[in-house]
Amino acid sequence: MELTAEIVVFAVFSIITLTGGVGVALTRNLFRSALMLLVSLFGVAGLFVLLAAPFLAAVQVLIYMGAIAILIIFAVMLTRGMVTARRVMNDQWSVAAVVALFLFAVLAVIFVQVGQGESAVLPLNPTGDPPADGTAALGQALLDPAQYVLPFEVAALLLAGVLSGAIYIARDDEPDEPSQTRG
Amino acid sequence: MVPLWMYLVVAAALFCLGVFTVLARRNAVAILMGVELMLNAVNINLVAFWRFVTPATMMGQAFVVFVFVVAAAEAAVGLALIIAIYRRRQSVVADDANLLKW
Repeated sequence: MELTAEIVVFAVFSIITLTGGVGVALTRNLFRSALMLLVSLFGVAGLFVLLAAPFLAAVQVLIYMGAIAILIIFAVMLTRGMVTARRVMNDQWSVAAVVALFLFAVLAVIFVQVGQGESAVLPLNPTGDPPADGTAALGQALLDPAQYVLPFEVAALLLAGVLSGAIYIARDDEPDEPSQTRG
Repeated sequence: MVPLWMYLVVAAALFCLGVFTVLARRNAVAILMGVELMLNAVNINLVAFWRFVTPATMMGQAFVVFVFVVAAAEAAVGLALIIAIYRRRQSVVADDANLLKW
């Protein structure tokens, strides 16, 4: 395989993604761990651009990096005193490492076996071109009654219910309010 | 074009890092971060298979949009639970929240 620009860009974004992932898993300071999560999410957005899904890359930056990662950083800040723990790993971390490495080894061997060589099952090259305006096609697919409008509306209901439920769970209803005097 | 199996190997590595984070970290917020890593690995797989196998229909990208929604919901509820537990027990270590453990 010759070294094209696309291979180089793919390698750069893969390294960014995996470096961020390693940082999330191993960094002792929880706040730095959350920042490494941002790095990893950015790398995934780059991979989306390489895969001809620019709208998903923009959503990844807006929703994941802009909302979810900031929400996680808020939680890190609100649970103060927990940022720098003496022990960051539990007692079963060695077993967890063996399980994760074994899983990766199995998956990697399978993917390389089915991905290249004479008996390749996975396509080496795309079987077609994506639509010229992929974002418009995605929007039409999401709102087409014959395709995904029902899951789309259910997802909207799920988000509304989940966010009000999250507010209810996190609300401070300790008995320090005068209206809740007991006994 | 970068072949499909390379994307799958990168996604598998990211997924396994997420598995390790979920299994090994003590802090519940870090465990949620591991779940986010795993969801992102799945998203890479979905978009890669969409690009290589069915680029004409928008099936893979639509799935990724729904995974985004579910990930946002999961992060909101998970962090609300963690903050509620922290308010009661002054701790976000997952081993300390063992009231329902038999």
